[in-house]
Amino acid sequence: MSRIVVHGLEKSYGDARVLERVNVHAESGEFLSLVGASGCGKSTFLRILLGQEQQSGGLVVVGDRPIVPEPTPQRGIVFQRYSVFPHLTALQNLLLVEDFRSGGPFGRVFGARRKGARQEAETMLERVGLAHARDLYPASLSGGMQQRLAIAQTLLGRPQILLLDEPFGALDPGIRVEMHELLTELWTKHGMTVVMVTHDIGEAFKLGTRVLVFDKVRHDPQFPSAYGATITYDLKLDRKDRTSQRDVAKVAAMVGTTRPDSAIATTAS
Amino acid sequence: MNAVPEAGAAVARPPPRRPRVRLRLINATVSRGGGLLLGALPFAAVAMAYLFASAHRLAVNPSDKLLPSPAQMWSAFFDLATVPDKRSGDLILWADTFASLIRLFAGVGVATLAALCLGVAIGFIPRVRAFLLPFVTVVCVIPPLALLPILFIALGLGETAKITLIAVGVAPVMVRDIANRVMELPPELIAKAQTLGGDSWTMVLRLVLPQVMPRLITCVRLALGPAWLFLIAAEAIASTEGLGYRIFLVRRYLSMDVILPYVAWITLLAVSTDWLLVRLSHVISPWAHQVQNK
Repeated sequence: MSRIVVHGLEKSYGDARVLERVNVHAESGEFLSLVGASGCGKSTFLRILLGQEQQSGGLVVVGDRPIVPEPTPQRGIVFQRYSVFPHLTALQNLLLVEDFRSGGPFGRVFGARRKGARQEAETMLERVGLAHARDLYPASLSGGMQQRLAIAQTLLGRPQILLLDEPFGALDPGIRVEMHELLTELWTKHGMTVVMVTHDIGEAFKLGTRVLVFDKVRHDPQFPSAYGATITYDLKLDRKDRTSQRDVAKVAAMVGTTRPDSAIATTAS
Repeated sequence: MNAVPEAGAAVARPPPRRPRVRLRLINATVSRGGGLLLGALPFAAVAMAYLFASAHRLAVNPSDKLLPSPAQMWSAFFDLATVPDKRSGDLILWADTFASLIRLFAGVGVATLAALCLGVAIGFIPRVRAFLLPFVTVVCVIPPLALLPILFIALGLGETAKITLIAVGVAPVMVRDIANRVMELPPELIAKAQTLGGDSWTMVLRLVLPQVMPRLITCVRLALGPAWLFLIAAEAIASTEGLGYRIFLVRRYLSMDVILPYVAWITLLAVSTDWLLVRLSHVISPWAHQVQNK
């Protein structure tokens, strides 16, 4: 139902090739963590899955049919920034989901349905710990609260596939751990397929059932953008014994190969 | 360690003043009272200069018309506001104000509506953008006053021509501004709205319109300046009432005692409109004014 099959995916911007020969086969309910150096195209890959960008070649199948080249309710997204609507309060942000889904030409539901939507929204606010902030605008929420709201909003849309683009990248470490717990809890409950782009390798291993490393394998010193990145490492994690330090170090080293400074930082820490 | 006997002396001494630090000009903020005082200074300076020059001229020639005294101006203004005109029986000030404001608001209203519809369509829908943006960009650079004769010839000398001049004068810039604002909406928000099930129309209603509303009001505030310009130009050329008409009429008699209060009256009207629009923006889009509200 919500499996993802990517075959021979390519993406170029003019002469510059970003992705090439990307093949992924993910079953329903998997949690994919995408890691890789900055600018290696993992966010581009996510935007193609979202439908915000189109692939230059290859096949992307989501569910049973080729991907629709525009965002649809089938796939939910949480970005690092700009993930909630600044002109709506926390509660209104969640109500908007039902308004869009079944509000018709007014983009708004009325009467009993609104009551139901409000009930559902308030339950969701409670669950992500934002009940006290229901009437605040996002500008007065902290970064962590905004991301919690964004995740709540996306989940209310009941997507089959949840796409996360560095969702916790801008958060403090303590809040990050809280968000990890929240996300794991929601994923266990809803059982959707998750694809998460992250810079944090620890996070990738902690949350994912599978870690995919994006990297360039071919280099042309005269024309660095001649070749794109592909998936160089595909590691299935055992649920019981997930964090093998050796694997983490291996992936960290792989991600670091194209960026010496980050490799040094990774090995130093 | 300090010696004990000195402790008593230290207490007797007044506490050390906080050293006055010379801050950079850009960091030296102004207190509320100081701000009011500084803001009032230019007004006071102009008023003083006028009073001084006026008194000087009137002392030399009591029938001087160029710089009337405040009392003369007030009595002329008061007459226009309270004494019915002999010919028409109207209270001239109010008739003028009413006629001008109707034209101004009709013109700016039409322009605002156009800016909203066209601006959102151009900014949000790529096909409409390809179709209309080049045209609007070209129309933007036509000087509206050069169109005035054409409007008078085509639409006659009535209200339509004046309202059209104002609308045509301010609309293109507003359309472009709103279109730009819509194009600046973060693509993430638009993608997210689509993943929640928004279609083109409901996204206009629930995402684009609320987000451009503060910008639209700013646009109207900025457009009111040129709108007054076009209004007074149109009234000066062909009209039988209106604030601009009156000013240009009494100019023939060097009636500075009417012109100056009229200019002040127009300024007052413009300032209050602007203030009302700011309040409106706070009411409609409280989220856009969070920082100022705190």
